[in-house]
Amino acid sequence: MTSNPTASFTLARRHLLGIEGLDPGEIVGLLDLAEEFVTLNRQVEKKRATLRGRTQINLFFEASTRTQSSFELAGKRLGADVMNMAVANSSLKKGETLIDTAATLNAMRPDVLIVRHSASGAVELLARKVDCAVVNAGDGAHEHPTQALLDALTIRRNKGRIEGLTVAICGDITHSRVARSNILLLQALGATVRVVAPLTLLPRDIDRFGVEVHTDMRSGLADVDIVMMLRLQRERMNGSFVPSVKEYFHFWGLDEAKLRYARPDALVMHPGPMNRGVEIDSAVADGAQSLIREQVEMGVAVRMAVLDALSRNLPNA
Amino acid sequence: MPDIRPVLLAGARILDPSRDLDIEGDILIADGIIKDVAPGLAQTGLPDGTERVDCRDRLVIPGLVDMRAFIGEPGAEHRETLASASQAAAAGGVTTIICQPDTDPMIDEPAIVDFVQRRARDTAIVRIHPMAALTKRLEGREMTEIGLLQAAGAVAFTDGARSVRSAQVLRRALTYSRMFDALIVHHTEDADLTGEGVMNEGELAARLGLAGSPKAAEAIVLERDVRLAAMTGGRYHAASLTCVESLEVLRRARDAGLNVTASASINHLTLNERDVVSYRTFFKLAPPLRAEEDRLALAAALDEGLIDVVVSDHNPQDVEVKRLPFSEAGFGAIGLETMLAAGLRLVNGGTVGLMALIRSMSTRPAELLGLGAGTLRPGSPADIAVIAPDEAWILDAASLKSRCRNTPFDESRFEGRVVRTLVSGRTVYEYV
Repeated sequence: MTSNPTASFTLARRHLLGIEGLDPGEIVGLLDLAEEFVTLNRQVEKKRATLRGRTQINLFFEASTRTQSSFELAGKRLGADVMNMAVANSSLKKGETLIDTAATLNAMRPDVLIVRHSASGAVELLARKVDCAVVNAGDGAHEHPTQALLDALTIRRNKGRIEGLTVAICGDITHSRVARSNILLLQALGATVRVVAPLTLLPRDIDRFGVEVHTDMRSGLADVDIVMMLRLQRERMNGSFVPSVKEYFHFWGLDEAKLRYARPDALVMHPGPMNRGVEIDSAVADGAQSLIREQVEMGVAVRMAVLDALSRNLPNA
Repeated sequence: MPDIRPVLLAGARILDPSRDLDIEGDILIADGIIKDVAPGLAQTGLPDGTERVDCRDRLVIPGLVDMRAFIGEPGAEHRETLASASQAAAAGGVTTIICQPDTDPMIDEPAIVDFVQRRARDTAIVRIHPMAALTKRLEGREMTEIGLLQAAGAVAFTDGARSVRSAQVLRRALTYSRMFDALIVHHTEDADLTGEGVMNEGELAARLGLAGSPKAAEAIVLERDVRLAAMTGGRYHAASLTCVESLEVLRRARDAGLNVTASASINHLTLNERDVVSYRTFFKLAPPLRAEEDRLALAAALDEGLIDVVVSDHNPQDVEVKRLPFSEAGFGAIGLETMLAAGLRLVNGGTVGLMALIRSMSTRPAELLGLGAGTLRPGSPADIAVIAPDEAWILDAASLKSRCRNTPFDESRFEGRVVRTLVSGRTVYEYV
């Protein structure tokens, strides 16, 4: 089936549950490996045999189109048999606990579980109960490590580096796992991280993360290299955390005027799916400074790198 | 304003709390601005055509800023319009009214703020600024567009006579408002504890057979709010405190250095629950009039500055709402026109210093709201009240300018009255 791997990199751990705990060498190793898969993915023949014979189960307790399909594609391109568990219709609805589900799945002998769950810490709990590798595809407001890796890869490919850059993460920091993973990763690689949000969307003591805290987009975006926007969930828009979409967009939505506070060569990112006219204006989302579509491409490559690097630890590898 | 002549207020006792100034002297006003404040200005070269107003034996103070007045426009113009309220205000030495958001439609979106400002500009003879709603439809659930409302001209945020029941909602609002340095003004009352209460809970209510509202209903909410203010760092202002228990909570907050300020209404400073006997509905207020010891404590707190602001709590109610059995009658009293005269009772009685009283009715509210009023500093807008401090008079409710006559001071005797009120250097009221 295919081209031989040109590099090999092994994660000295069974699971990827978060950015926390990864050392900079591991992060850079994953990014370097992902570069190879970017090249591979741009070829007609995109397949490798690394995971041939392996079973990958995508276990999404929370609906997701893009992350799930990205992992599915990544597994398939590495030769795995990929199964998507539609948890919404499963026994979980019938009252089975998370741990029972884990035990059931474990009995099916998968090699890799890709798990997303709405509760922080649920993926780690599940990982303790199974024998296979587990990749966290997002747990509550805790971590989303592959998103942070794909963001880092996108930044590095466009800026040539991460160290020394200033990155502003803007929007609903409180409820965002993307923000937490990105803060950890970017800081590990030597970037300066700012968070920019209304006070009601900033967790208490966020300054202890070593980030600069801003509530005003003007100061928050001043001279930054990267503007990373976060999605604002609909249920938080109407008076509970922020008064209205109109007020949020007025003060915190990224439009061309606010983007001008950033460096002229600043680049714009968004983990998707976007709320146009809420956190980001269409002109910016689709503009010349936007990396949003490239992020999606990098997502598949980064997930292939993660699966590849973890697979080398699997039994009989 | 080139069409009005310069004015010299000559030979007055000038009292300016913004500078702790209390002197005999003259004030020169031109172009709507206070040009100079000093003794002997009359002897210097005055601009051509200066009108000289003899102010011997007169007290000249910054025009009052009333932080809490309910006006019926839009929606209840039969009770009060911006125009009629401004007439009443001018007669009371009030040059700035802060109107409350519980109109119909409510002032909970920028377009309504804009409407009120335009109507005030076109019809009122004093300045009127709206407070906007803190929560949408004053329901206590979702915060309003604090940033956009402030940009439109809202000077503070309040749910008017309603208390926000949810601590979470108030916490978020206090947190959010910090980014705009917005002042949150909150009516402190636990609606469940107040229940059907129509007067102060105690012996008198028991004798009258009326349901009482306990002081704890106020103090409990204030206590909660103080903790939220400490937690969030928001600027918090208690809209109307009435009792010893609340003052204790307020004092602890102040001692802890918190950004907590408070108002008391002129009614609670000058009347007490005994006024309710004979079921006089013009004394039915929310919060209710309290015991005499509470009134005295409030006055002492005002004198020392623990109570920052005195408000009229102006609340026009028509006769149909007041000519009912006590428990069924509406709450509220008018007060724009009488707050200063009533306040002078406290000064004349020796419980509150004149400087402290005027500060609480002009300088302090202007500071809290970020208005350029409440001062006689040269360069400031010439918003001024001239008072005949020794003039004794008896109030005739029929002569009041408000559209409603629900004053608790009908036929009351006062000493000291407003004889002239200027807004931007223009005389908007003159007692002749």
